[in-house]
Amino acid sequence: MAAIQLKVNGETYSIEADPQMPLLWALRDLIGLKGTKYGCGIGQCGACTVHLNGQAVRSCSMPVMAMTDMEITTIEGLSKPGQDLHPVQQTWIEEQVPQCGYCQSGQIMSAAALLQNNTAPSDAEIDSAMQGNLCRCGTYPRIKKAIKSVNGTIEKAKG
Amino acid sequence: MKTNQISRRNFVKLSGAGTGSLILGLYVPTSLHAAKIIKASDPESFGVELNAWVHINMDGKVTIFSHRAEMGQGVYQAIPQIVCEELEVSLDDVNIVFAKGDNKKYGSQVTGGSSTVRGSYKNLLKLGATARTMLIMAAAAKWNVPASECYAEAGHVIHKPSENKFHYGELVEEAAQLDPPSDIVLKSRSEYKLIGKSMPRQDIPLKVNGTAVFGLDKALPGMMYAMVERSPKLHGKIKTFDDTEARKIPGVKDVFKVKMGVFTLYREGVAVVADNTWAALQGKRALTIEWDDSGFEQLNSEDIRKKMDGTLLKNKGLVQKKQGDADSIIDNAEDKIDITYHTPFQSHSPIEPLNCVAHYQEDKVEIWGPIQAPEWVQDYISTEMGIEREKIIVNMTFLGGGFGRKAFMDYPHEATVISKHIGGPVQVVWTREDEMTQGPWRPGIAYRCEAVLENSDIKAMRVRFVGQNEDHMRRAENADRTRANWGTSEGFPKPYYDSIENISFYDVPFELPTVPIMWWRSVYASTNGFAYDGFLDVLATESKTDPMDFRRKYMKDDRSQKLIDKLEKVSGWKNRGKGYGVGITECFRTTVGQVVKVSKKANGNGVQIDHVWVVVDCGWYVNPNIIKAQVEGAIIMAMGAATSHEITFEAGQAMQSNFDSYPLPRISDTPEIEVFIMDNEENAGGVGEPGLPPFAPALANAIYNLTGKRIYNLPFKLNEVV
Repeated sequence: MAAIQLKVNGETYSIEADPQMPLLWALRDLIGLKGTKYGCGIGQCGACTVHLNGQAVRSCSMPVMAMTDMEITTIEGLSKPGQDLHPVQQTWIEEQVPQCGYCQSGQIMSAAALLQNNTAPSDAEIDSAMQGNLCRCGTYPRIKKAIKSVNGTIEKAKG
Repeated sequence: MKTNQISRRNFVKLSGAGTGSLILGLYVPTSLHAAKIIKASDPESFGVELNAWVHINMDGKVTIFSHRAEMGQGVYQAIPQIVCEELEVSLDDVNIVFAKGDNKKYGSQVTGGSSTVRGSYKNLLKLGATARTMLIMAAAAKWNVPASECYAEAGHVIHKPSENKFHYGELVEEAAQLDPPSDIVLKSRSEYKLIGKSMPRQDIPLKVNGTAVFGLDKALPGMMYAMVERSPKLHGKIKTFDDTEARKIPGVKDVFKVKMGVFTLYREGVAVVADNTWAALQGKRALTIEWDDSGFEQLNSEDIRKKMDGTLLKNKGLVQKKQGDADSIIDNAEDKIDITYHTPFQSHSPIEPLNCVAHYQEDKVEIWGPIQAPEWVQDYISTEMGIEREKIIVNMTFLGGGFGRKAFMDYPHEATVISKHIGGPVQVVWTREDEMTQGPWRPGIAYRCEAVLENSDIKAMRVRFVGQNEDHMRRAENADRTRANWGTSEGFPKPYYDSIENISFYDVPFELPTVPIMWWRSVYASTNGFAYDGFLDVLATESKTDPMDFRRKYMKDDRSQKLIDKLEKVSGWKNRGKGYGVGITECFRTTVGQVVKVSKKANGNGVQIDHVWVVVDCGWYVNPNIIKAQVEGAIIMAMGAATSHEITFEAGQAMQSNFDSYPLPRISDTPEIEVFIMDNEENAGGVGEPGLPPFAPALANAIYNLTGKRIYNLPFKLNEVV
């Protein structure tokens, strides 16, 4: 066990954890941020996606000891309570993307990271950035549409 | 819409007077009797079965209790959208709460068979209309005017001549004194403001900011986390286990042997309880267990296939559907078409793995989890653990996908067993590997389809279906084995029975008692559709008929004709190039037709799916955008099952354990999907599942159109199609 400081959504948390504990479980069980999800534990599904210094990473495969001095952002920190939603979250509502919703924290974090670096991604760039996020409900067509409409590159969906 | 009569004699008055809120419940005694609307002073005082209930307090705040599980299919939206239509309140003014699992109160809460809307919409309309009428009556009395001069709008009752208005909250006290009226006039479809519109889902804002509470997110004060190491094979008993290393993991609190029920069998395992999930997982990995799997069949997929084919050829089977005399025509024919199809076992694999929180206390147990069938959980735990049914409280959270798997009782049972052992609240978490290797799965099926054509007409058609029967699994030795599997012909559109004189479906009994199976989205239709519609496509080719015209010829009813016309139009069928295929199936009273377009990949590696056009006839419907979303998702799930993944067995063990060996479709695999919904006044059909079955045959039929090669076995790889 080790004392570890994590900077999550702008707050500093001091936790006692097994240094090898994946960031995912530290976020969920030790800090209580349950918006980041467990889906496979081997970096195959992307449900656990968070931002590490602005980059989308799979928190199930990141040992917590390597996370000190990093800026970690989870779905809870993408937009602060009472403030405007992040444009990706807003578009996810407009396009009615989620079904069961379980994978969507990860989808949104991946999409937000993509759009931060590339404001008008092509189909191939969207595929490549979102390829690591599985959705068993099959919301992919809407995810694609939503990412494109964040920047108004396509006409908004009609009823 | 006709006026519904609610019998005054059946009215059950449950409450005292003057409660400060109006609470109405919907009571459906049996399917043979009309539903009743009843009222109570507080929800807890309802003592009878309810389907849903609505609560309006003195602030005018409306709460609607949904009795069904939300697993992505939109029931969280559909139930309020129906009730609010007749109640005349905006969806924004409504608070939606999941009812606790209590079928004494809410009637069947099993969420399956795409049944929520189609099973209860008429009664939900009546519930909303009754509340509205009572509020109008209360307002009319207060103003001392005739009720006919008043109407309801946006949470208010308005007196038309004077334009006076009351907020609902100002009326609930008086309304609660009234008896629910005996005749209620429902709105006509043209008066609808909400139904039939793509209202945004109320659960989506919770699902974009991480605040929706799924089963895995439930936490109680002092709660422990548990993982269970189970036999890697389908069945095995623990000979010995060594927990020395597991107990050394910081955070691990306890290690002990557990068992949980899988239908009528039991599975042993070793539970590791810890103060966080990671420690429990580390502890599970550190266990050394010696398994004794003697006495269990060491099944492998090849043997299962051989056994199915062997039985199939020998055994005629039990009659499931029969008209005319297909047997003598086919058995005596010189020329017949005879094709065998195979479909694989599949895992449900919702992205939220199985999990459940249980808190066993002296005289009761409370459960929170992603649960599709709360009453089955109550029944099962009551029987297995000797706890009174009423003392098993089941709370349904959001489900991170279900697809049938979460209608099973094993994981709540396991959580309760572990909570009892440790004497406190615990969350059991299954790893992805646990979920994929332990089942239950969708069964693999083999089909033999035969037909005789005469002058390009189907003279006779016969199907033999060989696959596990879910009823046998559930009831074990108590199942009636003289009856055919109800699912034998599921998915096959009923209109064909009116146009094929001699047709039979046989269920050839086939048992694999150690391989657990469970509903998988669209159940047997999910696999039958591939064989039956694929076979019809072969018959179209053999009779030299255009595949769309062939279906038009045999599906003669008006609804099917309209669906086919629409599908032909939207897909540009008449002017199509190469690589088009059509598939039409029926599932839970909804008919779905799909046209798939495929093309050869530019790099020469097989084919790609370019486009899917879909026409859905589900009769009366609530929310077109939810229907479209469900169909898009069903197609992608069907695409995975047809072209990407399967569960196989070797020496009694499932060989796939995570998404690396069971690859789900990803965003880059997604074709263009366009969904069209038929408008009619027919009874509502299912929405969550019926989009799935026609995809695999439409795809295989499209590939035949492009390549001239038929596909008879699933899954196949798109990049291996030549």
